Amino acid sequence: MNIQSVFNLLALGLGLAAIPVFAQEPISGYDYLTPEMQAMQDDDFANPGMIAVEAGGSLFSTPGTNGKSCAACHGSEGSKLDPKHIARYPVYSERLKKPVTLRNQILLCRKNRMGGPPLKYGSEQALQLEAFVRRLAYGEPVDVDVSGAMAPYYESGKKLFHTRWGQVDIACHQCHDYHAGQTFRGQKLTQGQSNGFPVYRHTEGQVVGLQERITQCLTNLRAEPYPLNSKEYIDLEVYMNARSNGLKIETPGIRY
Amino acid sequence: MRQKHRHWLFVLGTGILPLHTAHAENPTQPPATYYEWQVKDFAINEPLGGLTGNPEQGRAIAGDQHRGNCLACHKLPIPEEKFFGNLGPPLTGIASRQSVGMIRLHVVDQSRFNPETVMPGYYRPPQQLHRVARGLEGRTWLTAQEIEDVVAYLATLK
Repeated sequence: MNIQSVFNLLALGLGLAAIPVFAQEPISGYDYLTPEMQAMQDDDFANPGMIAVEAGGSLFSTPGTNGKSCAACHGSEGSKLDPKHIARYPVYSERLKKPVTLRNQILLCRKNRMGGPPLKYGSEQALQLEAFVRRLAYGEPVDVDVSGAMAPYYESGKKLFHTRWGQVDIACHQCHDYHAGQTFRGQKLTQGQSNGFPVYRHTEGQVVGLQERITQCLTNLRAEPYPLNSKEYIDLEVYMNARSNGLKIETPGIRY
Repeated sequence: MRQKHRHWLFVLGTGILPLHTAHAENPTQPPATYYEWQVKDFAINEPLGGLTGNPEQGRAIAGDQHRGNCLACHKLPIPEEKFFGNLGPPLTGIASRQSVGMIRLHVVDQSRFNPETVMPGYYRPPQQLHRVARGLEGRTWLTAQEIEDVVAYLATLK
């Protein structure tokens, strides 16, 4: 055994030993914004993400082909929806035998109870509806249950979060667990928490959901992204939302 | 005020990780020759492919967000740049602290020093990479010549 391999083993041991140290309290991306950006997020009239929320609100009361709108069952402006339940997504569906994201639940409802027309997962309307519904849970702590049938999906998402990707060859946790708060070029790295999603990305000038944001991250890593609504993204959404448990929902958050 | 604010954000926005559309090589061309390298005492003492680096080119690559983008994480003595990250240590004076061979290994594959490093391996063997974007398979981030240019630049920082 040469000195190189001794050093590698030692470094690996230190690396593994260090992981629990980074098991940290979740901090919202909001806390890494400048005060000006925080003020913009807090002001419904200045927050550009509210445009998507309002568009989602219109869609919520627009009838499907069978004449029923979301509001027909869930009340005007979603008044009959329980914010605590919204904060639990993704949830396990006994019927589908898999986790269902909030956006998928909306799309399923639309397809099965409103007669369609079905919306694509990546469509603007689907994103707007998700933004509107999640906004109803504003201020509610994220509360994803990953016990029982959800456990394998959580573990799979956790593994993906710790997988190195692409030509850049780094994993999500390396930036978002180890280096949150440090400066990358001119901006602060966040923990990558999901409580603000869908968020308005100031650098992109658009509202994105969590899966669209993961796609942007993977593209930056020069990795091949997965398709939206793929098993990998749903598992990541399960893990990442559970990782944000306890943080208050800020939809629509503003992030860089 | 709003305009000023936006300008600031634009500057920040350009500093995100290297953009997807940009890479060192043209994907329609086959990958450049990959030169094997040997590590001895935490250093790669032989230049990749026996190539000679150009420090001026290296400085440009280090500052270019589409190529080296070193300053995304490191402070460097490049006064015309305003934003430097602090994920990695400052590199001012690095050549007084480390041999050129060690600097080369840091740029080629930092995980040889720290397996949990957040630093990209700019010349890590392409077959060790996972799920590389279509069109970039079999390619390193920087070419051997670009690595040598960056090493030659860093070697001037005494």
